[in-house]
Amino acid sequence: MAEPMIRIQGLYKIFGAAGEAVLPMVRDGMGKQELLDTHGCVLGLRDINMSVPPRCIQVVMGLSGSGKSTLIRHINRLIAPTAGEIIVDGTDVAGMDGATLREFRRHRASMVFQRFALMPHRSVRDNVAYGLTVQGLQSADVEKRASRWIERVGLQDFADRYPGELSGGMQQRVGLGRALATDPDILLMDEAFSALDPLIRYDMQNMLLDLQTELKKTIVFITHDLDEALRIGDNVAILRDGGMVQQGKPQDIVLTPADDYVADFVKDVNRGKLVRVESIMKPGTTCASAPAIPIGTRLERAALALSEAAAKLGKVTDRDGTALGIVSQLDLLDAMVRRRRPSP
Amino acid sequence: MAKNAWWIEFPQMERETLVAIRKALDGAYRDFSRSYGDVIEAVFEPLLYFLVWFEKLLLNAPWWSVLLAVCALAYLTSRSWKIVAGAIVAFLFIGFFGMWEDTMSTMSMIAVSTLLAIALGVPVGILMARSNRTQAVVTPLLDVMQTMPAFVYLIPVVMLLGIGKVPGLLAVVIYAIPPVIRLTNLGIRLVDREVLEASDAFGASGWQRLVGVQIPLAFPTIMAGVNQTIMMALAMVVIASMIGVQGLGQPVLRSITNQYFTLGLLNGLAIVALAIIFDRVSQAYGKRLQLQYKQAHHG
Ligand SMILES: Nc1ncnc2c1ncn2[C@@H]1O[C@H](COP(=O)(O)OP(=O)(O)O)[C@@H](O)[C@H]1O
Ligand SMILES: [Mg+2]
Repeated sequence: MAEPMIRIQGLYKIFGAAGEAVLPMVRDGMGKQELLDTHGCVLGLRDINMSVPPRCIQVVMGLSGSGKSTLIRHINRLIAPTAGEIIVDGTDVAGMDGATLREFRRHRASMVFQRFALMPHRSVRDNVAYGLTVQGLQSADVEKRASRWIERVGLQDFADRYPGELSGGMQQRVGLGRALATDPDILLMDEAFSALDPLIRYDMQNMLLDLQTELKKTIVFITHDLDEALRIGDNVAILRDGGMVQQGKPQDIVLTPADDYVADFVKDVNRGKLVRVESIMKPGTTCASAPAIPIGTRLERAALALSEAAAKLGKVTDRDGTALGIVSQLDLLDAMVRRRRPSP
Repeated sequence: MAKNAWWIEFPQMERETLVAIRKALDGAYRDFSRSYGDVIEAVFEPLLYFLVWFEKLLLNAPWWSVLLAVCALAYLTSRSWKIVAGAIVAFLFIGFFGMWEDTMSTMSMIAVSTLLAIALGVPVGILMARSNRTQAVVTPLLDVMQTMPAFVYLIPVVMLLGIGKVPGLLAVVIYAIPPVIRLTNLGIRLVDREVLEASDAFGASGWQRLVGVQIPLAFPTIMAGVNQTIMMALAMVVIASMIGVQGLGQPVLRSITNQYFTLGLLNGLAIVALAIIFDRVSQAYGKRLQLQYKQAHHG
């Protein structure tokens, strides 16, 4: 397996002056509320372990206050950990000195913010160029690279406008252009689309996915919207009260939620459109006339295929047509509609 | 004679002690100014040159070229023809009533002291904004500076530097500097934290953050401070005429001692006219910037 791009190990964050001092108690299992009541410290993150493979989109989900923003800010050390390691491409971000950290932020990891955080006194062009200016590049170079990204996010007609003159969706395209302009390996997106209207948000998701097929960045994407998570994420991690509850492929989380919290999150998901048939297939064989369902087919399509062929059973096949297993109408129905309880 | 009981008359310090304390402090300060006065004067020498040069420039230039320059400056900063028209009327009035030279002296004094107040005040304001401890120390100092009667400033300055332009300049700057310090501090503290975080996230150094984000975003607020500083400098210029500062304050002072009401009134009006022009120009400038930023914030 490829070495992960980002590896977070044993990460704890406790806000407050006494953070280090109370760490042992948190390690021994003291809860968030108890910690706040007895020591006045806020538990931000507790024992987070997470690996993000290169060129993948890692989604982090959780309710408001669950520590998503805190977690993503550890990756470029806008927040310093109380304990633990954040290894990015082999180097611990927590141990970098000031100059190394600045270089890291300038060249390796960029961030897109929920409320855009654009510079109101700079034009769209100068906002997109901000990271390059900070790097100290020559202005002709900056101009050329910024123009390219302004075009790439579709703002060529607005390059000389100011952020205040743009709609929210356009502002976030500036934010995305600004982040991409430095050509970082890592893109950190903290609820980047949460402030946008549903339609605009959908457009932005498309734009991100388009860009990703071409650019292949390692992206950490925070959201509290499950549909967005499932649409965008190669992997999903779920946070609750600063702790990691579950990590996995989107469909694993939907099919086998780790606890009631996750089950609650995923209860309204349209599994028929999300889950692929191989994740519910059973071993076995069926008659040769059974309809073949290629691996990767979503449940809804598989059900349609069975019902059109008026068959109770279908065989799941790989790309060459070799049978891998079987799937029944009943299994399909069950996987699509039955309320999922966490396995004990 | 029996002394009154302490609950009837305030138990005050012995007169002799008080006199001794005053003598000691005054003596110490006088010794200090005797031995260091020359050094300090030498330090301010370049400032004096600049002040004199600027005053001569204004006085020697033809009146219409000064008027033109003032109008151009007013228009470039405020973008308002009304303000420019007001400035023209005011300067014609000043020139017609024979107050042109005094006005030029006052303007050069205001210009130099404002520049000096900005040059000193903005860095102090920035330091205050960076640390709560500095703020806790500087704020009460500023409170004292702003409430202390202006005449009191004159005493140590005169003791140290005598009478003339430089001590006048110093007194004006001390009197007028608090607003620019306060509002620089405030403006920088009010800069949007998310924008600061963004600049950090892109690897900006402390200096890049200050120059590229904090100062530009605090600029409208700093300008409001500069506006107040100019107004206070203008007020102080009259008082500073008591220690030999040339300009519109001199005739006012003469009018008081000789009871020339009309002379006093005319020069007072000239000061008011200057104040209004400076105020409108610097305010319009600040407002223009603020509008641009506000728009930028809630588009
Ligand atoms: N600087 C801070 N000081 C104290 N508590 C904080 C700080 N930042 C975040 N927190 C707390 O940490 C928890 C997680 O916050 P956050 O990461 O912002 O959550 P999310 O982004 O998931 O909504 C919250 O309880 C929040 O109040
Ligand atoms: Mg958040």
